[in-house]
Amino acid sequence: MAKIKKKVRTITVNADKCNGCRTCEIMCSAFHAVPPYSSNNPARSRIQVITNRLEDIWMPVFAGEYTESECMGRNKYIIDGKEYNECDSCRAACPSRDLFKEPDSGLPLKCDMCDGEEQPVCVKWCLVDALVYEEREVEVDEKDVKETMTEMEVGLESLVSKHGFQKVMDTVARLSKKG
Amino acid sequence: MRYAEAGYYLEVDLATGNIERVATDPKLMELHLGGLGTSVKVHWDRVPPETKAFDPENLLVFSTGLLNGTPVFSANRTVVSFISPQSGTLAYPMMGGFFAAELKYSGYDKIIFKNKSPDWVYLYVSNNKVELRDASHLQGRGAVETQELIRKELNDPKAQVAAIGLAGENRVFTASIEQSRSSASRLGGGAIMGDKKIKAVAVRGTGDVFLAHPEAFMREMQGVTDYIKYRWENPIKDVMTILSGIGSPQEMLHTDEKWHTENFAWGNARTRRRDFWTEEIDESWSKSQHGAVKRLISCYNCPTHCGALISHKDTPRYMAKCFGKLTYAMAAYVDDLDFSWKILQRATEYGVDSFSTPQILAFAVELYEAGILTDKDFKGCPSDKEGRFFWLLDRVARREGIGDILADGVYFAARKIGNGAEAFDHNTIKKHEQLPIKLGTLDPLYFLMYSTNEKISITQMEGQWPQSAFPTMEQRQEFVRDWPQIPDEKFKQIVLDWELRGEKSIPYFPTPDMCSEIVDWMEMMHNIDDAVGMCCGMSSFCLKPPYHIHNYPKIISAATGMDLDEAGLKQIANRSRNLHRAYNNRLGIRRVDEKPPEDHWKKRFPELEEELLSTYYTYKGWNNDGIPTREKLEELDLGYVADDLEKRGILKNGQN
Ligand code: SF4
Ligand code: SF4
Ligand code: SF4
Repeated sequence: MAKIKKKVRTITVNADKCNGCRTCEIMCSAFHAVPPYSSNNPARSRIQVITNRLEDIWMPVFAGEYTESECMGRNKYIIDGKEYNECDSCRAACPSRDLFKEPDSGLPLKCDMCDGEEQPVCVKWCLVDALVYEEREVEVDEKDVKETMTEMEVGLESLVSKHGFQKVMDTVARLSKKG
Repeated sequence: MRYAEAGYYLEVDLATGNIERVATDPKLMELHLGGLGTSVKVHWDRVPPETKAFDPENLLVFSTGLLNGTPVFSANRTVVSFISPQSGTLAYPMMGGFFAAELKYSGYDKIIFKNKSPDWVYLYVSNNKVELRDASHLQGRGAVETQELIRKELNDPKAQVAAIGLAGENRVFTASIEQSRSSASRLGGGAIMGDKKIKAVAVRGTGDVFLAHPEAFMREMQGVTDYIKYRWENPIKDVMTILSGIGSPQEMLHTDEKWHTENFAWGNARTRRRDFWTEEIDESWSKSQHGAVKRLISCYNCPTHCGALISHKDTPRYMAKCFGKLTYAMAAYVDDLDFSWKILQRATEYGVDSFSTPQILAFAVELYEAGILTDKDFKGCPSDKEGRFFWLLDRVARREGIGDILADGVYFAARKIGNGAEAFDHNTIKKHEQLPIKLGTLDPLYFLMYSTNEKISITQMEGQWPQSAFPTMEQRQEFVRDWPQIPDEKFKQIVLDWELRGEKSIPYFPTPDMCSEIVDWMEMMHNIDDAVGMCCGMSSFCLKPPYHIHNYPKIISAATGMDLDEAGLKQIANRSRNLHRAYNNRLGIRRVDEKPPEDHWKKRFPELEEELLSTYYTYKGWNNDGIPTREKLEELDLGYVADDLEKRGILKNGQN
């Protein structure tokens, strides 16, 4: 099978270095405002710092794919004497929690690695290096290369799963008539 | 659209339960910025001077700063203002942590509480949903415990909760308001909350804060960031470790406490232990601190992590910051730092401030040892130093027995106890406990700051000016070489001329004129910080900080869209400062009140002190009694204040 080279952009989280300042949330939301930096609202951030202060939990989590249904798992884990809720580390926006959803529309958010920026802004502004950016070239099977979904696609997909394809189409048609 | 600010106050009438969202006049920002500035204006307009601290008319205002909720690093202060039960003046303790930003995202610049609630309540603010909720189940709970319980109740780990403990409920004058890793602690804010029967305020917001000129704003942010990194890599030379960097004093990080333990006084501001810091102490204190500090944590949007999660043996966990680590141990003459972590936990749950409270406890011990308080007053008290302090702390927080008298602070307790107790009240200014520092020769700069500032407590008034002269010319030159933060080049010459001994040393140098300008500059920076909600550790309480008079106007302009230059910003700071002054004048503050304790410095210079005060008053545009003149007030668009002061006979018509 044909192999092709692909650039992989990742962020490594070093949660032990995190001081819980939430600057990453602030800057992510500001960067994604339109126009960029014109407003700021951590609730719109694609990175959320999960916190339980007295338990010593400050854990930055990036928004991942949207899931249509809530999962069945609600386990608790004890790691290093700290109790984590399974939900805490989940990257998905799901029906049962508000995390990684636009506060106004409820549409899911997904980390886009700040596409187009030299370096993700959350990494850039985390001055204590709890977030570290990595860019690697990897060889992958051609068939595994999927286009990453655009923001609009993520939103539409979730609308479709919520309201059904027809209803979304009807709405679009109605809106386009209004011009 | 409103930029940086939300444009709404939340008005809560505790007597009727009525809650209103009130739009504010955009002009207020131009006149007073926000934060402390606009809060003082609210109090001036609405709380008449006859009001006493525990009257229902006393307003309790929780305020965000102008830049809270924007990406400006370290702008996270909540200013809490009210007439203090202790000083009788307009107090404004501040807390870092996470509260102010959350309130701004909820869409409010301030929460204004008036009147008193008949039953215990907590206020829950979440965007448009605002409600007073029953708090009867929280009564008696600790301040940290309450925050956790409310977060659980709301099922929202990101809700930010400011709460009082038992001390606040019992209206102890040193009661604090605790929130996350911070507290608004001075002058009895917790007591006012308790008096109004507000157990806590919980906020959670998911709205936007807008910026007027994003590109210009981000340019300034980049500059600030570059500077923070530069300072981290290049600590200031020839000053003590805690002053060499940025951020609030890093008491949770540094373990070397030679300077504090040997220069501050132990007990009730009594004894300096000049050779306290031995190798064994160094070792045992480092071990204790490293064992107790689980993680260093920041306030909202700040990289500097000055606070810590404390997990000491079987003591329940809590968060600590700054100086409380030393104050209880030093006040109790306990040489084991483990004691600090234990008592600080209980003090935090009770919600009492860690500057005044240990002084009050030490004062009680002193009175007992002097036979003024007796075995009857101390019935049931253990005899060891540690046990005694825990016992006294319990009595104060619960207002039980002798604790009921002590709970009003050293000044009032001394007068109530009588029998010579007044002589032991030797460390208060305007009825408020000061840092336990008793030094050699009068320091003219500190004299002015202690005496005249409305914050009353010195702990956050100083900062930008070096604490003493540098011994060598090389060190002075090095210090002034790279000092863009100063408002005027002439300050460099003062540092160069300033000697440790001889003609150009304290108390006569810097001269009263120079002192006036230096103090005015520091005060101005504090005023701006308190209006924009900046942590003074990143600005006015810091040598060579990231924020200063030259970049502030640009940052504020870019954030708000206001057309502001340095002169304009100075004018606003001056306006708010003078309004605050006039307010406290209206509440009775005069020149006679502006006095550091008698034994504050071993060598005092009464004539020089009078000259310092007079020179400073003149510089500020105040009359000989410390009251702003009509001319000064009019220059600051405060003609209405002059009218009011004249009407009340505080300013005499036509004369200064
Ligand atoms: S900016 Fe860095 S230190 Fe701050 S919360 Fe985010 S990951 Fe943690
Ligand atoms: S990489 Fe960019 S989009 Fe993703 S969380 Fe960080 S700032 Fe947000
Ligand atoms: S410098 Fe320290 S106290 Fe100030 S905001 Fe930052 S973490 Fe908080």
